Amino acid sequence: MSERRDLELIARLVPPGSRVLDLGCGTGEMLAHLRDARGCSGYGIEIDDANVHACVQRGVNVVQLNLEEGLALFEDRSFDVVLQLETLQHLRNTERMLRETARVGRIGIVSFPNFAHWPNRLRVAFGRMPVTKALPYEWYDTPNIRVGTFADFEVLARKNGLKVTDAFGLQDGAEVRRWPNLLASMAVFRFERG
Amino acid sequence: MGSIGHVTPQQMHFSEPLPLKSGSVLPAYDLVYETYGTLDPLRRNAVLVCHALNASHHVAGTYEGQARSEGWWDNLVGPGKPLDTDRFFVIGVNNLGSCFGSTGPRDLHPATGRAWGADFPVVTVEDWVDAQARLLDRLGIDRLAAVIGGSLGGMQALSWTLRHPQRVRHGVAIATAPNLSAQNIAFNEVARRAIVTDPDFHGGHFYGHGVLPRRGLRVARMIGHITYLSDDAMEAKFGRELRAAELGYSTQDIEFQIESYLRHQGDKFSEYFDANTYLLITRALDYFDPAREHGGDLARAFAAARGCRFLLVSFTTDWRFSPARSREIVKALVDNGIDVSYAEIDAPHGHDAFLLDDARYHRVVRSYFESVAREVGAAVAAGGVGEPVGV
Repeated sequence: MSERRDLELIARLVPPGSRVLDLGCGTGEMLAHLRDARGCSGYGIEIDDANVHACVQRGVNVVQLNLEEGLALFEDRSFDVVLQLETLQHLRNTERMLRETARVGRIGIVSFPNFAHWPNRLRVAFGRMPVTKALPYEWYDTPNIRVGTFADFEVLARKNGLKVTDAFGLQDGAEVRRWPNLLASMAVFRFERG
Repeated sequence: MGSIGHVTPQQMHFSEPLPLKSGSVLPAYDLVYETYGTLDPLRRNAVLVCHALNASHHVAGTYEGQARSEGWWDNLVGPGKPLDTDRFFVIGVNNLGSCFGSTGPRDLHPATGRAWGADFPVVTVEDWVDAQARLLDRLGIDRLAAVIGGSLGGMQALSWTLRHPQRVRHGVAIATAPNLSAQNIAFNEVARRAIVTDPDFHGGHFYGHGVLPRRGLRVARMIGHITYLSDDAMEAKFGRELRAAELGYSTQDIEFQIESYLRHQGDKFSEYFDANTYLLITRALDYFDPAREHGGDLARAFAAARGCRFLLVSFTTDWRFSPARSREIVKALVDNGIDVSYAEIDAPHGHDAFLLDDARYHRVVRSYFESVAREVGAAVAAGGVGEPVGV
């Protein structure tokens, strides 16, 4: 159930009543939780037919779009919060999407698998690519075309003039605030436009 | 999942004149309609189905004693189907100007005593919606659970949410557009010229001459039909297949199967469709443009629809009402913070896909209507009384 706790830990970063855009919203679980627990409204963006259907079943607003085509559909600062949860590692245009996130939302929240988590480092030290719960794929079939670390994202955020307002790791359903780059399999950042 | 079975159209007369968008007035008129399912005692489960160019009030079910008389959306509407008539009271209305029963150009002009013909007033999507609203008044339905339509029917669904937002909970608009593109108007114009220049058209008053402008209608249907199919679908169905084994080296005989198919479609159509109706309906398509009254700003137009919720569906190979056009509508709704879901179905069939039984498409529509049913407390008829969940 650590996935559910992860979801709640990230949801706490979203101010109650926010208008939320969830990029790569999957089955709409986060949006449904934000709606029911925090009185939020908004839309999810999803490319996958089955996920779009799951959102409609849940009664979550979903717009079927390919994120690689950008967010032209959305005006500047039209959302309180833009979520990009475990999405950026699938995008070819990661940096552009990050800038789009900051353009459309007042607050951006991203999460992604932290490649520098110690078991990954160990595995690479022994000469093999990591296969873990957070990174469950073999190197030849992974949909994660961008692998980065907690520390890497700090650099990318700075480069794009984003102000990080909170950052922590997630491990076994708990926040990791001490040495997250080493001790957490998932990285979470909340940022605003600087 | 079955058919509704035999259905019977009904007719309602309206003696109160209908003011039209053009400024003229339709003095009195009849609307033909069909209903399926049962209106619940709270009258909350009504769903209006709007038809497109060549369809009618006959949405689902069959006519007794008539083979192959299934309604045009029988695969979507019926007991246990995506728009479930065990839960919803579904209404199909034939639009004014049509040739399938509601008052149209074939009917007698009350002042002259001869057929309206080309003198039938130009009717718009908005006029149709207003006429449908009057029919709902008479049926005692204040507020629709949903209004649904594809193509031109989708335009009516959108128009409902703009003209009568307080009377619609959900708008479901499939394979539609916020207005026609120049290319789209161009196709309509070719079709209209084919009809109007047919020597048998007689300025739209052919009824008195005992002839029908069949040639024009055939060509109009042929060009229309081409635009409803995708290049791939046509290639898959016909390719370069010949009718005979060898080339005939004729410029006028049918050589390719696609020619045979189009001619057959044209012939069929010219036997049952009215030429003046074709002109009227293509014009209604051309004129629909809710942004026009708002300086071309679609988002401002859709501000009126706040309070309604939407499902939009488009099909990737539909080049007549392309996904990009549906996305414009989605954007206008999102700009207003209006609830909308949008599915872009990767279907090979072009514009026609909205009439076909595609599993992903029907699954989304089904789930959407299940959530509408929960909202209005529309339980399956056999399953007892539904619990209303919110409003």
